[in-house]
This record gives sequence, C-alpha cells and structure tokens, in this order.
Amino acid sequence: MAEQNQSLADLQHIKKMMERSGRFISLSGLSGVAAGICALAGAWFAYQNIHSWGAGNCLLNDFSNEPCVIKLDVLLLIAGVTFAAAFISAFIFTYLRSKKNNVSLWGPGAMRLFWNTFIPLAAGSIFIFRMLQAGMFGLIAPGCLIFYGLALVNASKYTLGEIRYLGYCEIILGIINLWSIGYGLEFWAIGFGLLHITYGIAMWWKYERKTSDSM
Amino acid sequence: MINPIENLNKIFDNRIRLGIMSALVVNESVNFNELKELLDITDGNLASHLKTLEESGTIKVDKGFIGRKTNTTYSITKMGEKAFKAHLSALEKMIKNMK
Repeated sequence: MAEQNQSLADLQHIKKMMERSGRFISLSGLSGVAAGICALAGAWFAYQNIHSWGAGNCLLNDFSNEPCVIKLDVLLLIAGVTFAAAFISAFIFTYLRSKKNNVSLWGPGAMRLFWNTFIPLAAGSIFIFRMLQAGMFGLIAPGCLIFYGLALVNASKYTLGEIRYLGYCEIILGIINLWSIGYGLEFWAIGFGLLHITYGIAMWWKYERKTSDSM
Repeated sequence: MINPIENLNKIFDNRIRLGIMSALVVNESVNFNELKELLDITDGNLASHLKTLEESGTIKVDKGFIGRKTNTTYSITKMGEKAFKAHLSALEKMIKNMK
C-alpha cells in the first residue's frame, strides 16, 4: 500500500516537473505589483485630466471642438507613458529574479511566452486603435481588458499557470464594463491596477517569499 | 504474476533524478541553471545527481559556451527515454494493482 502511494506521488511529481520545465518560471510577482502601481498612477493622471475637461464643458465623446481633440492627445500620451513605465518596471523585477536564480532571461521559454502574449495583444491593439478612429471611446477600456485577459489566458500555458486566473478576471471585468459604458477609467484602474497588485502579491507570497527570506 | 516492482528502475528511485528526467523528456535540452531553478536545489546536489544519471547512460552532457560563460546543457539519450517510459508504465501498473 505504501509503495503504491509512493508510485502515485512519483507520478504526480513527474507530471508537475514536465509541466513546469517547458515554462518561463522567472516571472516575478513583484513585476505584477509594479505594473499595477504604474497603472494606478496613470489612471490618476488621466482622471485629473478628464476632471478638468468636465469643468471646461468638454465631454469625452465630444471631439468636434478643437481643445477637446488636443486633450485626447494628452490622454494618449498618458496611456503611452503608463504602458512604458509598467512594462519597464515589470521587466526589471523579472530580470532581477532571473539574475538571482542565475537563469538566462532570454531562453526558449521566454521566447514562447513573449510571442504567445504578443499576438493577442497586437491584434487587440489594432482593433482598439480602429475603435478610437471610429470614435467608439466607450468601448476602449472594455476592449483593453478583454484582449489583455485573452492574452494572459494564452500566456498561462507558457509561464506560471496561475496567471490564467488573472486573465479570467480581466475578461469578466471587461465584459461587465461593456454594459457600464462611461466608467471605463474606473474599470481600467481596477483591472490593470488592483488586479495586478493582488495577483503580484499572491504570486510573490507563493513562490518567492521563502527564497528571499533565506537570502 | 510478474512483479511490477522489478520494472521499477533503481536509478529513478529518487525525487530529484525523477524531476531531471521529467524535464528532459519533454524538452530537447535543458541547461544546468534551468534545472536548478526548476528543482530548487543546490549546485552540488544537482551536479551529483546529474553525474549519476550520466554514468548510467540515461542522459548526455554537452559543454558549451555563451560568450565566456560555460553553458552546460543536458539531454536525454535514446536509452534513457526507453528506461524512463518503462519506469512510468511500471508506476502505472503499481497503481492499477491498488484498485
């Protein structure tokens, strides 16, 4: 009986190792936290801007007059800077972790992860860009959330599997947002800010806490 | 009745060696540091298990360089793959006997 339980445990161990070995497991939880903080900061700046428009009687969906169009550029600039800051800070923490574990960052695992995240994201970006051109501003935040969620679900096969739950949450949030147009920024802040931070802390707690204690 | 334990390979009678084999059977080649991260063990411990596997002929070692750093990669041999599969079916049989 004990031997049979041993075999069962061995098989489970083999399965786990097979699953993990092809994946990029250096992804740090702190990367998620950092990206989340950047997103919250970005959302705050965007909120300040939109707020000041309201005072100037410039509605989000009214781009017929000149000053409002200029403000759209400001908003896009904030979005661009936020994305860059989030990406760079996320990259730094993962780089540090791979350095600590002495694993090369740019292996075949990272390559697979990159492409499988990039493809749904790139397709989504083009789609959202066209929506922006078509003036469907209300659909931008849900669009971002849904495509990002799909990218994460796809990525989960190539990195720590738990990222799929973050993906599911982003998708659900995006879908809810489809029927709460006008609260895009709030949904965006929850999805890219709070969810990232929660996920990051959970992952750090699960995988990295022990190793940093022993340092 | 054939005793299934006979087919259980002594060489895989260890969690770390089992882990190394699992990683190598699904990947073309894996380097030392990747194995170390995957299994979460020390250099010396990993090296000694890799040595055992190498000596048994189940894995092969390829010493190379990335720039100036050494990059030692490991891959499974034909014989190793056969032995590992036999070990897996032996484990499976043992569990089936449980029912």
